[in-house]
Amino acid sequence: MVTIKEFPKEEYLLKGHAACAGCGPSIALRLLFKALGNKVIMVVPACCTTVIQGPYPYTSFAVPLQNMLFEATGATCSGIVAALKIRGLEDITVVGWAGDGGTVDIGIQALSGAAERETNFIYICYDNEAYGNTGLQRSGATPYGAWTTTTPTGKRERKKNMPLIMAAHKIPYVATACPSYPVDFVNKLRKAREIRGTKYIHVLTPCPTGWRYDTSKTVEIGRLAVQTGIWALYEIENGRFRLNSPSDRLIDKSKRKPVREYLAMQDRFRHLTEADIEKIQQWVDEDWEYYRKLASNECV
Amino acid sequence: MAQIIIDTANHIAGYAAKAARVKVVAAYPITPQTTVVEKIAEFVESGEMDAEYIRVESEHSAMAACIGAAAAGVRTFTATSAHGLALMHEALHWASGARLPIVMAVVNRAMGAPWSIWPDFSDSLSQRDTGWIQFYCADNQEVFDTIIQAYRICEDERVFLPAMVCLEGFILSHTYMPVKIHDQEEIDAFLPPYKSGWILDVNNPFSHANLVSPEWYMEFRYMIQEAMENAKRLIPEIDKEYGQRFGFQHGGLIDKYQCDDADLIICTMGTMGSEAKIAVDNLRKEGLKVGAARIRVYRPFPVEEVKKLAEQPSIIATIDRHISFGMEGFLASEIKASLYHMEDKPLLAGFIAGLGGRDVTFRTIEEIAKKSLKWMKMGRVEKETVWVDLRE
Ligand SMILES: Cc1ncc(C[n+]2csc(CCOP(=O)(O)OP(=O)(O)O)c2C)c(N)n1
Ligand code: SF4
Repeated sequence: MVTIKEFPKEEYLLKGHAACAGCGPSIALRLLFKALGNKVIMVVPACCTTVIQGPYPYTSFAVPLQNMLFEATGATCSGIVAALKIRGLEDITVVGWAGDGGTVDIGIQALSGAAERETNFIYICYDNEAYGNTGLQRSGATPYGAWTTTTPTGKRERKKNMPLIMAAHKIPYVATACPSYPVDFVNKLRKAREIRGTKYIHVLTPCPTGWRYDTSKTVEIGRLAVQTGIWALYEIENGRFRLNSPSDRLIDKSKRKPVREYLAMQDRFRHLTEADIEKIQQWVDEDWEYYRKLASNECV
Repeated sequence: MAQIIIDTANHIAGYAAKAARVKVVAAYPITPQTTVVEKIAEFVESGEMDAEYIRVESEHSAMAACIGAAAAGVRTFTATSAHGLALMHEALHWASGARLPIVMAVVNRAMGAPWSIWPDFSDSLSQRDTGWIQFYCADNQEVFDTIIQAYRICEDERVFLPAMVCLEGFILSHTYMPVKIHDQEEIDAFLPPYKSGWILDVNNPFSHANLVSPEWYMEFRYMIQEAMENAKRLIPEIDKEYGQRFGFQHGGLIDKYQCDDADLIICTMGTMGSEAKIAVDNLRKEGLKVGAARIRVYRPFPVEEVKKLAEQPSIIATIDRHISFGMEGFLASEIKASLYHMEDKPLLAGFIAGLGGRDVTFRTIEEIAKKSLKWMKMGRVEKETVWVDLRE
């Protein structure tokens, strides 16, 4: 376990990247490189990171990066891993880094295939809960009620639970994270690197542009997501579910802040009715009942 | 040691991938391609082939995995047909744009709807503009030799482009023919280890294929066009060198037969080229001056050679196993386009035949030839495009 003081000083996300001010994914990216160093080959499909890295002939990444088709991250990683194996370069960590759209929607097939083939790589879904690159349309990971440009009156369906879908693949490591908890995220990445097989980490990355809040509030919003329990930090290692700090203290409902606090900070939820907020609160409580069972091995 | 085996073109494609020392194969099954990948699975599992075989969950992923592997520095191979190729379409553009020398066997099959598993060129010809070199084979030996040649051409630094080696489903894919599998050491001497223009390297990090502004995009496209022109020069040279080394040569860009004094040249692609040779022999016995030209390489298109070819005959008849709806067969269009600037052009007659696997025998071709010769005497073609053997 590293502490924040032990984080390496090296920066592999270089100055001059093109993310919006206050961009949650770019904080996660910086942490990713701090955790894994530069013996990494990355695959990035079409997403905000296509823009963040900067246009040709520049790049803001100090690791080799293969830009790839929107839906093909998993399969591309399989190809790279196979080639590195043939070349005897298995100490290089292959990382797929994709948005929620590229993961839970159009890319789910290639990711599922790569996981089923036990491809030895880390797949990270950075979840800004919309299609950021194309102007903030809804995705399967957009939560109920949220405004997006294709759900102008709020999304009517619930968020797809991708980490549990990945856990159903029986891969050795699934984890959730949030850059507001950098130590947790970095340690999860370090752990994932040491495990053979497919590792899936789903990072909730607040997006001021899409979620409509002040750019200075990204870390705070991420914290609130965790403190209200709308996002839980956990890992599933070889099928064993464990809540991580501070989520592990939130099974008791009285310890969780009301989701209203989280929702109220973001204009994408501005139009929600009282009934909507209650419904969301009820779903969160139900999720936690499920986490409680998972954590106490009452179900898998 | 070289050996002669009797096998199907699909298995032969597998032998060729093995002989080329391919290191990563990623493929998804589709009739009539399946036995290519089954053969390779056998080779890999038995240890005869030192390669990683990625059993992907779709053709789109097959091409994506090949792109990843080629970018990470190894020789790759895949094979597909029809709907699988169509599903790959997006990734085909990506592979050529990324300048990765991937080689793929395309076992030609007609596109649905309605479903058909039988051959025509509608699958590969609809990928015409993806930036892939396209070879069309006439027999199983050519399939073997062309796959080996394709790697040499694609991995040449003047080219660095991917290639499709096309062979018609069932007509070749499932038909047994004797094929010489050349000596491995000689193949190794002909085909050096994998080379590509760039590689994902942790010691030399860069972003590959990131966003390119209008300031630069055209230059990237122009380089592909140049690479295609280079391939056009290189293909006949390499075919010739191959012939000297192994005793088999397949015509370079155009496989010509009895064209030198021909009044009529029958222009085809793929196995129809073999049938056309039989037709030419028969028609010559009747005293008719007929020749056959099989376009072996469709992209880059051999414009200059077609022009040269057109100096002799009074009429060229194209037979397309394909239709570009609302226009005509691609081959007919390409030949027309190639000859536009020529002063003394021959007449051109376009025939559509063999769609969805309908047989095109030498007899069919003889009929096409006779109709064309009639038009030649008349000095004009009566119909721009004729659908051969059509139930009306
Ligand atoms: C096949 C295909 N369809 C659509 C697009 C357009 N497109 C590019 S990025 C994107 C959305 C990406 O959303 P997400 O994966 O959530 O990442 P984000 O942009 O939010 O970082 C879309 C729809 C594309 N590039 N390719
Ligand atoms: S839209 Fe959101 S995720 Fe995308 S760069 Fe801007 S802040 Fe980051």
